[in-house]
Amino acid sequence: MSNTAVISAPADKGKLKSKDRPKMSALKKKKIATNVFISIVRFILLFGLCFMIIQPILNKISVSFMTEGDLYDPVVINIPAHFTTENYQLAVKLMSYKQAFKNSMITSLTIGLLQVAVCTLVGYGFARYEFPLKSFWFGCVLLMIIIPPQIMSTSLYLHFKFFDVMGLSRLLTGNTINLRGSVLPYYMMSAGCMGLKNGLYIYLIRQFFRNIPKELEEAAYVDGAGTLKTFIIIMLPDAKPILTSCFLFAFVWQWTDGFYSRMFLGNLKLVSTSLSSIADDLSTYIASQTGVQSTVSTAYSNCILSTGTLLIILPLIILYLFAQKGFVESLSSTGIKM
Amino acid sequence: MKKKLNGKVSGLEKRRAVTGYLFISPFILGFLLFMVKPFLQSLYMSFCDVQVGAGSFVMVRNGIYNYNYAFRVDPEYSRLLIEGFTKMFVYSLAIMVFSFFVSLILNQEFHGRALVRAIFFLPVILSSGVILGLETDNSVIAQMHATVEESMTNVSVTAVLQEILKTAGIGTRAYETVFELIDNIYDIALASGIQIIVFLSGLQTIPKSMYEAASIEGCTAWESLWKVTFPMVSSIFLVNWVYTIVDFCMRSDNEVMTKITDTMVDQLNYGLSSAMAWCYFLLTIIFLAISSFLISRRVYYYE
Repeated sequence: MSNTAVISAPADKGKLKSKDRPKMSALKKKKIATNVFISIVRFILLFGLCFMIIQPILNKISVSFMTEGDLYDPVVINIPAHFTTENYQLAVKLMSYKQAFKNSMITSLTIGLLQVAVCTLVGYGFARYEFPLKSFWFGCVLLMIIIPPQIMSTSLYLHFKFFDVMGLSRLLTGNTINLRGSVLPYYMMSAGCMGLKNGLYIYLIRQFFRNIPKELEEAAYVDGAGTLKTFIIIMLPDAKPILTSCFLFAFVWQWTDGFYSRMFLGNLKLVSTSLSSIADDLSTYIASQTGVQSTVSTAYSNCILSTGTLLIILPLIILYLFAQKGFVESLSSTGIKM
Repeated sequence: MKKKLNGKVSGLEKRRAVTGYLFISPFILGFLLFMVKPFLQSLYMSFCDVQVGAGSFVMVRNGIYNYNYAFRVDPEYSRLLIEGFTKMFVYSLAIMVFSFFVSLILNQEFHGRALVRAIFFLPVILSSGVILGLETDNSVIAQMHATVEESMTNVSVTAVLQEILKTAGIGTRAYETVFELIDNIYDIALASGIQIIVFLSGLQTIPKSMYEAASIEGCTAWESLWKVTFPMVSSIFLVNWVYTIVDFCMRSDNEVMTKITDTMVDQLNYGLSSAMAWCYFLLTIIFLAISSFLISRRVYYYE
């Protein structure tokens, strides 16, 4: 809306001059002309920026259909001369895509659901209840957003490598449990709101619940609903948009996440981890095929990498096409305030 | 917290407080177990020599040796730190300007607005996590471009413009920074998806009547941008600034972070990597505190 004001700037100037009536039509023309001019400038600007954002994806698509020969052909720029789907077959094989896709799907879905469920509870607690030390705990949430998880990676790594609940397992078996490589630690962390960017979700959900009128809740209490019932029947349905967007974020960020996946889910084949090792896999694969230890050319390994990247973002793009409103609109209508 | 006046009220209040604690208990548990403990442990570790053996690990205290090593012996760390902070500052500024500008445009009414918004938000989804790290990796596209440009010996307009401005002789370094930012506008656009949305949500809360009042008072659009829009979204600037810096710290292509991870995973030097991580974190916090203090002094709260 601010920009309707920006657009109408020349028009305002026009109004000042428009004291003498006969010139009105000329002024109108001028106004229309300025508006058209602004539209054109805006179109060029936005088109350029949008193209810049989309171009790498288009480029990847065109590269992924090229044969190796096309990559070195200086004549071939965008449209492959020898159209092939070999790259896809190879990338699927190298990433063991089916397995990885299934694993990633299960992990992202369950982790996303778990994180959003827990964050909703916590966000609701922060938004609606008064209790001692509330601002202290909320400060902790903010702190959690600020502290990069990498700072504790060392210690978490060792924490889970030699996992022990108060010395219990050492007492029983004489050894600590190595939880690294199993999925359990990450689920535990997610249940404790310590997953990827969970502080952000708590913050957003709290912000949303705070905007829901209190009377709604009070009416439910008066009608005899308990705390839990009010929360589930009255508050949750209202919060659907923000919960969907938080879930979508949790899903997407988990899908592409490399940090937590590498640290905790190392043994599980995920699309994100298999993508980051695809270049090495390619060289071992080629070595095993030809029997000669040779380095793969950068161009070819990048071609396979682009194909792999496309494979990993394809589900996300499909998801985004269907749930675009859930991502953008609900977030922009939340009215985030500090 | 209210003083307890009579039994009934305090009883209800108490119950509400207990329920509230129950609601946030997952967070408290998780925070204490997976945040405070590792956090303090990594602080302690940074003063120790950590030896990992079979089945356990031993920590031997060695004072500030790790810190000393990080800054005075390690050849890369100090340089990366300084570079990282300069980059963080310049890029965060650029991201703020860019996202504010784009959100101003996207807040206008025009055909295909939803589509453009969707495209600008796309990077949030597509360039997160591992993909971002790979994108910057020796991209074949960049190489091909370079070779194509060399072989064709074509003159780009921007290069000529850069040359002209550079030879003008004033503030060469400032120009170079700007050129670098323009060259990397793609990175900036990729990093500013969330910020654009946050700005948009802020812009939408500004009542239209304010602009009407301003225009009746004789404000031009340019003036109302600075006198109405800017103060009204100034609190959003603070939020976005903090988010941008935090996001920059956590990016997977952050060089300091890569260095820290390498020290941990490849060299198995847990103490040193903790020390490095802590220095980086402390410096970031200080930077964040100072900058947000400076911004928050200018923030105008409407309510």
